[in-house]
Amino acid sequence: MITIKASGLTRKFGDNTAVNKLNLEIEEGEIFGLVGPDGAGKSTTMRLLTGILEPTEGEGWVYEKHIVKQAEALKENIAYMSQRFGLYEDLTVLENIRFYADVFCVPKEKRDAVIEKLLGFSGLIPFKQRLAGKLSGGMKQKLGLSCALIHTPKVLFLDEPTNGVDPVSRRDFWEILYDLLKERVTILYSTSYLDEAERCRRVGLIHKGSLLKCDTPDNIKKECSARTLEEAFIRIINDYESRSAKQ
Amino acid sequence: MNFKRIWAISSKEFIQIKRDPRSLGLALVIPVFLLLIFGYGLSLDIDRVPTVIWDQDASSQLTRDFLLNFKLSKYFKIVRYTDNYRDIDNLIDRNKVLMALVVPKDFSHYLESKKTAPLQLLVDGSDSNTATIAMGYARSVVQKYNADLLTESFAEAGFRPSKTVNLRSRVWFNMGLNSRWYIVPGVISMIIMIIAALLTSICIAREWERGTMEQLISTPVKPQELIIGKFIPYFTIGFFDLSVGVFMARVLFGVPFRGSYFLLIILSALFLTGALSQGILISAGARTQLLASQLATLSTFIPTTLLSGFIYPIFNMPKFVQAVTYLIPARYYISILRGLFLKGNGIQVMWNEAVFLLLFAIIMFSLAIRKFRKKGV
Ligand SMILES: Nc1ncnc2c1ncn2[C@@H]1O[C@H](COP(=O)(O)OP(=O)(O)O)[C@@H](O)[C@H]1O
Ligand SMILES: [Mg+2]
Repeated sequence: MITIKASGLTRKFGDNTAVNKLNLEIEEGEIFGLVGPDGAGKSTTMRLLTGILEPTEGEGWVYEKHIVKQAEALKENIAYMSQRFGLYEDLTVLENIRFYADVFCVPKEKRDAVIEKLLGFSGLIPFKQRLAGKLSGGMKQKLGLSCALIHTPKVLFLDEPTNGVDPVSRRDFWEILYDLLKERVTILYSTSYLDEAERCRRVGLIHKGSLLKCDTPDNIKKECSARTLEEAFIRIINDYESRSAKQ
Repeated sequence: MNFKRIWAISSKEFIQIKRDPRSLGLALVIPVFLLLIFGYGLSLDIDRVPTVIWDQDASSQLTRDFLLNFKLSKYFKIVRYTDNYRDIDNLIDRNKVLMALVVPKDFSHYLESKKTAPLQLLVDGSDSNTATIAMGYARSVVQKYNADLLTESFAEAGFRPSKTVNLRSRVWFNMGLNSRWYIVPGVISMIIMIIAALLTSICIAREWERGTMEQLISTPVKPQELIIGKFIPYFTIGFFDLSVGVFMARVLFGVPFRGSYFLLIILSALFLTGALSQGILISAGARTQLLASQLATLSTFIPTTLLSGFIYPIFNMPKFVQAVTYLIPARYYISILRGLFLKGNGIQVMWNEAVFLLLFAIIMFSLAIRKFRKKGV
């Protein structure tokens, strides 16, 4: 089953085309890596697919809900972790996660058990009463993920979640993601770390709003006869630049 | 609509207010300050007009008797006696006196020889309103003296004065013509309007600014749930401010409350709903705290202070400004508060105002829900 589908998705900010005629299909239970330099359009793509931003052109569906016409119904099934920390820094860990549990109407009898489980996974139990603003970068992101998972979403949108996070926390983070994939959760993951891209089932290279390549890491490397993803991406971007310079 | 969600948002907001000294100060301390400043500082009563006297006819008993009328009047305060114009000039320039009374040398001589005696009054006209009132006071003292003189001379001639009109004014509702009684209800309405619109607009703009709104709008929360959830804490604060205002009005300023508390609560709830919605509406357009607070202050402070009849009576305004005041909700609320405090009015005389407040609340609330969009930019 296709859980995320974009067709000709375009978003302009004034004259600037942040996302340009993007076509994408992501399978249920797949983790898809969205890779590209700063300003490539990764965050804008995420915001379009989560119903937060309206596209200038094109369409998209997430879990069979249209991203414009059914934006609110779509939000029942998804979770989104924005690139910028989106939780309340003046609320404690527990207050934040309880807030999101109540916003998603997690039944009270289930709520505390789920919170306990999620905070246990992310090692945040000793910090329950700490203000979110006083957490380290890694802990903040793990709290963000815990809040995102409170309603057991079907599709997860993670926008550079491990940016600036220490390696140990990053490994913890990925442990959680692998568990989710076993439960057939679909994950759209944007990152600028190519070792993380390697862990994704497929990656999409986005540059200046256009999706230049979309395949498994191995296929991409083979096709470009490159040893690493980094080498392959540099080649693809250089090709694109020289082609557009000629035109 | 889901009450669990509404309550989640409200309790989150309560916690945040509790932890934010700035919001707390704005909500709980500023109102008390404003009441004190306006209640004590802004008196529209003009009495004890500071006056200097130059009595050029000082040796005469008659003149001294005449001046006694000024001295004994509570409307004047004789701050100084002088014997030259330079002094008077100087005192007026330095705002030491508002008025100078110059009794000419032959004042008593004129009166004794049954002629009209001249008397000079110099008034600082820089504040024309105050000057007019002070001149009115002086005129009435002189008229009273004249009337006494007339009666006296009639009596000497063996007549009894007849056919005079004796104006007996009785002031209703505010016996002492205490302007504080008139101002304090206005201050209460100003506080509620400004605090409500300011706090709500800031609290939503803050969420946009800090990026927490981006997270919140990715959830299925509905705009009306979000707005009502944000309303509850600020509604509570609004009513707290109202209670403080009414309490201070009664205890500190001695303003009577003659109406029904039930009406006060219902009509204040309407006014507050409109003001809170206006705050939400502002934040729909202004997503930074700075812009939101500027817009909120501008759009509430100026109308509620200048165009509501709070300080300047509406019937004194030019016709087209009067027309504008019909659109200012504080105009109706102030008139309701004054009616409740001073006149003990019931709903049968205030239903016009009540209907307008209801309309204001409904229109603003639906606009707020309509305009608040769960969309990023
Ligand atoms: N809200 C916005 N308003 C105007 N321009 C924006 C906005 N968001 C993104 N952009 C522009 O769109 C382009 C893509 O940005 P973004 O999606 O944030 O890239 P990435 O997440 O890959 O770094 C950039 O040129 C950026 O300046
Ligand atoms: Mg980004």
